[in-house]
Amino acid sequence: MANLTLVQAVRDALMCEMTHDSRVVLMGEDVGVNGGVFRATEGLQKEFGEERVMDTPLNESGIIGMAMGMAVNGLRPVPEIQFMDFIYPAFDEIVSEVAKIRYRSGGGFTCPMVIRTPYGGGIRGGHYHSQSSEAYFIHTPGLKVVVPSNPYDTKGLLISSIRDEDPVMFLEPKRIYRSIKGEVPEESYTVELGKASVVRPGKDITILCWGAMVPVCMKAAELCEPRGADCEVIDLRTLVPLDEETILESVKKTGRVVIVHEAPKTCGFGAELSALINEEAILYLEAPIVRVTGLDTPFPYTLEHIYMPDPERVALAVGKVKNF
Amino acid sequence: MQSGTDLMKKKIKNQATKSEKAPMSCSVLREDCFRLMNEDGTVDPKADPKLDKELLLKMYRNMALTRAFDERGMMLQRQGRIGFYVPSFGQEAIQTGTAAALVEKDWVFPSYREPGIFLYRGAGIYEMLCNLWGNQGDLSKGRQMPVHYSFPKIKMFSVSSPIATQLIQAVGAAMASKISKTKEVAISYCGDGGTSESDFHTGLTFAGAYKAPSVFIVTNNQYAISVPLSKQTGAKKLADKAIGYGMPGIAVDGNDILAVYQATKEAVDRARRGEGPSLIECVTFRMGPHSSSDDPTRYRDEKLYQAWAKRDPIKRLRTYLESKKIWDEKKEKALQEELKKKLAEAVERAEAEPPPDPMDLFEDVYAELTPQLKKQKEELLQEVQLRGQFENTSEAFPL
Repeated sequence: MANLTLVQAVRDALMCEMTHDSRVVLMGEDVGVNGGVFRATEGLQKEFGEERVMDTPLNESGIIGMAMGMAVNGLRPVPEIQFMDFIYPAFDEIVSEVAKIRYRSGGGFTCPMVIRTPYGGGIRGGHYHSQSSEAYFIHTPGLKVVVPSNPYDTKGLLISSIRDEDPVMFLEPKRIYRSIKGEVPEESYTVELGKASVVRPGKDITILCWGAMVPVCMKAAELCEPRGADCEVIDLRTLVPLDEETILESVKKTGRVVIVHEAPKTCGFGAELSALINEEAILYLEAPIVRVTGLDTPFPYTLEHIYMPDPERVALAVGKVKNF
Repeated sequence: MQSGTDLMKKKIKNQATKSEKAPMSCSVLREDCFRLMNEDGTVDPKADPKLDKELLLKMYRNMALTRAFDERGMMLQRQGRIGFYVPSFGQEAIQTGTAAALVEKDWVFPSYREPGIFLYRGAGIYEMLCNLWGNQGDLSKGRQMPVHYSFPKIKMFSVSSPIATQLIQAVGAAMASKISKTKEVAISYCGDGGTSESDFHTGLTFAGAYKAPSVFIVTNNQYAISVPLSKQTGAKKLADKAIGYGMPGIAVDGNDILAVYQATKEAVDRARRGEGPSLIECVTFRMGPHSSSDDPTRYRDEKLYQAWAKRDPIKRLRTYLESKKIWDEKKEKALQEELKKKLAEAVERAEAEPPPDPMDLFEDVYAELTPQLKKQKEELLQEVQLRGQFENTSEAFPL
């Protein structure tokens, strides 16, 4: 066991998979010599050479399009988009090409690849270094979407994603890249995709969250305890495919739900979760579902701490649902 | 005959001697294009590349097949038997000439106007026709519009409608070849309109930066649907764009299959030797509509069209073959009969194939069905059982 940060766990997973499978190649802006702006690929070029850890021209559609061609021709690319906010030039390659190639070719061509990208606010990054745009990709059939929240899951989920036969969007919560440390086995292991994790069992209220919102919701649960609400916190871990079973089981037990995400409220993934619960478990609900989310505004700079859900805002929502 | 990479390095001179005065100098064949054939299809002894007889005949047959396939596709659409078709009339030399310069292990990332490359590399006529109906015989299982073929076994990549996206992917396939040391070359295609897309810039940037074993073919057919080249770019010559990406570029008479083949062969060999990518602009004219839904008389320069009609690439090759005494009227008649019969038989078979099963909608989204797809599949199955049939009220495709 090693005590690693989340970003170190990313590097550790890449190291394991590159050692284990010569088809795994990395590419992205500054991922080679510089080891990535967050150091997620530190030292890997030295270890595996320039052909397996490629510094690319500054062009996101190029990074994704090239990775796709490599995957079609037998490699297992893990391209990095430096910030999720910069992914949009590659949007067409991701949603029209990567996501659809298996379907549109009748299964004749596939492109197993993992698109790694740091997402989310709380790092004083303004509009263009803070967004959580998972909903665009969740809305695209053909992509899987994975968001880890701790070092152990990060390594296991990333290894699973690299071994998966389908393209995976691996969204890394950069705000907690270094703030959380945890025990991570040195050997290779997997955490199954499509399985949520009950990170705090409780009987009164279900809180659904993922990524950097997990520690926020854990703190909220602590705040709620003395206020008389025993929260069950569920870390979804994989947004596509979604673990409906774990969610519904918890909702049927508690009858009360708070959904927390950083992305804007309208058409955020919380809306889908809310609809799911209404469709599948409405008769179990004791109170309306409440969403605690980012605002329907562009992501701000100076006031980001007000824009983003924090433990107190989540705790207030829990109180509202509890006392409905 | 210019040899090796000379073609890419030297200033191009027409090797054909009897160059006719072009009626509209900027748009009929430009003087800066490499060519070996004269306008009438004769080839001067000095310019004759003396290709293998079997290769020449194979090329000719494929061009004739491509033309016949396109005529059949348009006819089927006009008869209301298929929904849509994209013909490649006038561009047969580019498709066949470039395809002939490849070897089996090479990758092709085509645009949607390249049936001739699929045919040259051995795609079945029946399977291609099944794609036009989107039925159970279609390798893409009816998931794409007609002419969006996908033939993995012959390394013909699945056709996409968005323009030039495949150029970057071709560079990726080429880089995988470079990393895995398989010596495969990846060739990709787009039109003159495609050169305005950011993916064109992206693909060539990456290929240049990594010296990828790739070749880019630009089929300059002078129109992007209705927009003429003059409104597409300020560039004097599309081949010039290569300079900015650090690769050689050449403009070729796209209706001269000997020139297309030679230029492509040199570029492919160069890529395979590890010397990097090349850009080939094949200058031609789109003799048909953009697609079966398009009416080119709304925008096409008729004088230009008439001028290019005289430069038909199939007629020119036929003249050359006849001058070599390896083709004649009798052989032509037999070939046309054979193609007609083959196509008629394949059409009959393909048209009889049933549409895909509704449950097939859910396959191939992922390697395995997700729980959500399983649920939706069960729901649809129940609906199918309840309703029995579904009325198709789709409108005709407008583009």
